[in-house]
Amino acid sequence: MGFADFFKKKSSGSVAKDRLKLVLVSDRANCSPEIMEQMKNDIIQVISKYMEIDMEAMDIKISTTESDETGVSVPALFANIPIRDMKTKKAE
Amino acid sequence: MGEVIVVTSGKGGVGKTTTTANVGTGLAKLGKKVVLIDTDIGLRNLDVVMGLENRIVYNLVDVIEGNCRIKQALIKDKRHDTLYLLPSAQTKDKSAVSPEQMKKLADQLKEEFDYIIMDCPAGIEQGFQNAIAGADSALVVTTPEVSAVRDADRIIGLLEANEMKQTHLIVNRLRTQMVKDNNMMSSDDVVEILGVDLIGVVPDDEQIIVATNNGEPLVGSDALSGKAYMNICRRLLGEEVPLLDLNSKNGIFSKIGSLFKKN
Repeated sequence: MGFADFFKKKSSGSVAKDRLKLVLVSDRANCSPEIMEQMKNDIIQVISKYMEIDMEAMDIKISTTESDETGVSVPALFANIPIRDMKTKKAE
Repeated sequence: MGEVIVVTSGKGGVGKTTTTANVGTGLAKLGKKVVLIDTDIGLRNLDVVMGLENRIVYNLVDVIEGNCRIKQALIKDKRHDTLYLLPSAQTKDKSAVSPEQMKKLADQLKEEFDYIIMDCPAGIEQGFQNAIAGADSALVVTTPEVSAVRDADRIIGLLEANEMKQTHLIVNRLRTQMVKDNNMMSSDDVVEILGVDLIGVVPDDEQIIVATNNGEPLVGSDALSGKAYMNICRRLLGEEVPLLDLNSKNGIFSKIGSLFKKN
């Protein structure tokens, strides 16, 4: 590894550790694709009551994030839900 | 009353059999009465690592099926009077034995031996269930690689689900220079990820291959891996032995760097 690479590239040891942490989160969560799909549908139902969302482009996944309090990485559910339109409930 | 220890890993080829042979031989060197059981039915290997392949008459399945008495199937080690091997069957498959039968066998052997060490097959199917059935504690072997650590995590989860009382971790085949260069996870990294107690770190050592070629476990020799295995045995007996200095990132720069770190 050249001197310049040293600053550009993350060492493979830390890459391995980061990848492991991520893969273990989903392994340990033991969430089958079916359960994830069910959860996704439930989330859609709830949110659709209040706004119009792009169901096709919606994506949910389990990953890690750094805890605000401790700074340690903790499992987190990420949901990317594009909003098409904010439904404003009109009084009937 | 003896203790039953299962050596397991999930992934194949990380050193379960080598660990079983060395830990067993080491405990015998320390004066304990030990029996090693190869539970990998159909893929017998512990006998060749121990150099006892020419002495096999009966095997594990013969004992379970009642074709012979336990004593007839036990092979005495060449060098250690208190060390025995119960070899696996080569021509049967894993379904020849049930977890209940293994537990009964382990309980019988406990009366006579101080340590019964089960060499577990790779995988998480019946062979794994057989091997852990009668075990009081587990030694989980892993190497500092993504695939091995991932499988170790799964195994640790399954051991917990099966209410294993104690689980210890062995990080095997650590390459000190690669850890120093940050191109391999350190044993600390692996422990942090898996969250179980570390009982030893064994360096990657060519002498292990030489020892296996000769069918003589090298535990207790001057080789670094031989020392590491002996330390593991001492820790199993409850001694406090400091880790061999091979896992730390202790290059001159990180030493200087650590002066500036907190703590």
